[in-house]
Amino acid sequence: MTRIFKHRLVLPIAALVALVLVNTISRPSFVSITIRDGQLYGSVIDILRNSAPLMLVALGMTIVIATRGIDLSVGALMAVSGAVALTIIDGSGSPDSPVTLTIAIIAGVAVTLVFGIWNGFLVAVLGIQPIIATLVLMLAGRGIALLITGGFITTVTSTPYKFMSQGYLLGLPFAFYVSAVAILLVAVIERRTALGVLTESVGINPEASRLAGVRSRGIVWGAYAASGLLAGFAGILYSSNIMAADANAAGQYIELDAILAVVLGGTSLMGGKFSIAGTVIGVFTIQTLKSTITFLGVPPAVSPLFMALVVVLVVLVQSRRVRTGLARLSAAVSSRKNPEVAR
Amino acid sequence: MSGTTTAVRDIGTGMRRFVGRRVSWIPVFAALGILLVLMLAGQAYFGTFITPRVLSSLLLDNAYLLILAVGMTFVIITGGIDLSVGAVLAFTAMLGARLLSEGLPAVLVIPVMLLGGSLIGLLIGVLIQFFDVQPFIASLAGLFAARGLAFLVSLSSIKVEDPLILWLQTKLFYLDGWFLSPTGIIALLVVAAGALVLHFTRFGRTIYAIGGNEQSARLMGLPVVRTKLLAYVISGACAGLAGVVFTAYQGAGYPLNGVGTELDTIAAVVIGGTLLTGGSGYVLGSMIGVFVYGMIKTAISFLGAEQSWTRITIGALLLVFVVVQRVIVSRSNRR
Repeated sequence: MTRIFKHRLVLPIAALVALVLVNTISRPSFVSITIRDGQLYGSVIDILRNSAPLMLVALGMTIVIATRGIDLSVGALMAVSGAVALTIIDGSGSPDSPVTLTIAIIAGVAVTLVFGIWNGFLVAVLGIQPIIATLVLMLAGRGIALLITGGFITTVTSTPYKFMSQGYLLGLPFAFYVSAVAILLVAVIERRTALGVLTESVGINPEASRLAGVRSRGIVWGAYAASGLLAGFAGILYSSNIMAADANAAGQYIELDAILAVVLGGTSLMGGKFSIAGTVIGVFTIQTLKSTITFLGVPPAVSPLFMALVVVLVVLVQSRRVRTGLARLSAAVSSRKNPEVAR
Repeated sequence: MSGTTTAVRDIGTGMRRFVGRRVSWIPVFAALGILLVLMLAGQAYFGTFITPRVLSSLLLDNAYLLILAVGMTFVIITGGIDLSVGAVLAFTAMLGARLLSEGLPAVLVIPVMLLGGSLIGLLIGVLIQFFDVQPFIASLAGLFAARGLAFLVSLSSIKVEDPLILWLQTKLFYLDGWFLSPTGIIALLVVAAGALVLHFTRFGRTIYAIGGNEQSARLMGLPVVRTKLLAYVISGACAGLAGVVFTAYQGAGYPLNGVGTELDTIAAVVIGGTLLTGGSGYVLGSMIGVFVYGMIKTAISFLGAEQSWTRITIGALLLVFVVVQRVIVSRSNRR
């Protein structure tokens, strides 16, 4: 029993379960799922679908944070990939053809992959602080996206492009499959090969792992490249959801949501040990929280206030001072209950 | 003949000694050089770029950014970062506009705005200092909170008609084509106060000591806790003051004001030669950084190009400076 409580995923899961419970009690329709034309509908399904872009970004962020880094540019990269893809579709004569679609997606993702490699170069080769190295693209990225779209919000009509975020496959939203495949791929690559362990060792002590023969430079570089790639796919999904490339709104604050999801999942910002399952839970928690806030009738604009409260709560629970304080408190309570034992 | 060579050599060693002693000033001089190059290039290209009018409005348009940059300099020198400043600016501006529209006098509202900003700064500092939260995350919480509070005050913009607040921006002191508004004077006063405090007080030297090595500063018996808290309070108060100036500048409070301003501020501070690792930097450098930022913005609007180029140029410039700083730091470490 104590082993279960000591498991590091207990707190994240408890938070998610509590949130779901609160929702279910306040509106029983929350967990209900209706089937229409063989497709599932309901709040939970919405959460699965809407969380896909954040899921992709947060997975990349997990790897980057595990190397003791941070990637602030993901939101801007989302804007770039959406802008590239939609500009290509907009410029082509046949927006519905699969060839156009493939070219557009590959081009959009390739650009963000290059930007991710650039971030990795700054951090791993030049040794610049991750916050600042990625701040460069966070600043410049949206400007680049605006240049690509010519300062306008490019809108297109393309049924297959729309399908990616709004379509259904075998009863479930297609976007859900995208995030499931991403989770599987990242989990297999990181956990079924030595890469995950090597990433953790680089995060815990870069110098020691380099001396032990770990090629830390390549691992850190790869982490940023992966984050860029995943942000690119997230940008495609986002733009497919609204069928528009909005360089200013795409992925706004998503870097913060992603960092929060990673931290909620129990991965420390100090690098080292990371948990992909934790990040997945963290993403669902954030998406559920957002859905709750909307349900409560709070204007979406005020929702950052709730996010702030959650951030503060999470970091307080994680902080040593609060933990030792609670432990001391519970010890005092139990010793008062059983005075014989204490004596 | 030999006399000239020794003289040249003397100048050379003198230069080297000067540079060696003032390594931390090099980025500031580099920023100053870029500012001058920008001005000269603008003058050569447009013909009428360096005019009193353009230079005066440079200060007027960027007064709020200048105030934010001074507060940010304090925080960054301690080795921290404050992402909340843009949102705090928006919150205090909204709060002020709301209170003014309810009929409260400006002399009462302005202190409330400053207090609101300082309070958020204090909360961020407490999270960092007492709960070991990383500055990045703690100030992120501050950003979220302040942005949410700004929308809580009102979802739409509130017009400000208070004569005192508007006077801050509209009253212009003219001198030979140069002009200066009270907001500009406030910004310059803040810069002067920041520079004096950092260089001539015990508190200022403690700030540098913490940024150099917090552990050592603590072992030396310096008041680390108080100083770090105060650094974030100063940044918050500066954000509140920037809120006052920004309200005067816009003539209204709008909850989406200052989105991304924290990035502009950090970029300006870094371009001005403050090391993000802490321990080195100057308020005067940050002022130059803000002027570089403003100059790029002015040049781009002169060119008639899209303003999206501002962010791209600032990003590129930030990159150049970070790489240069990296080289300087690794050199001084080798020594």
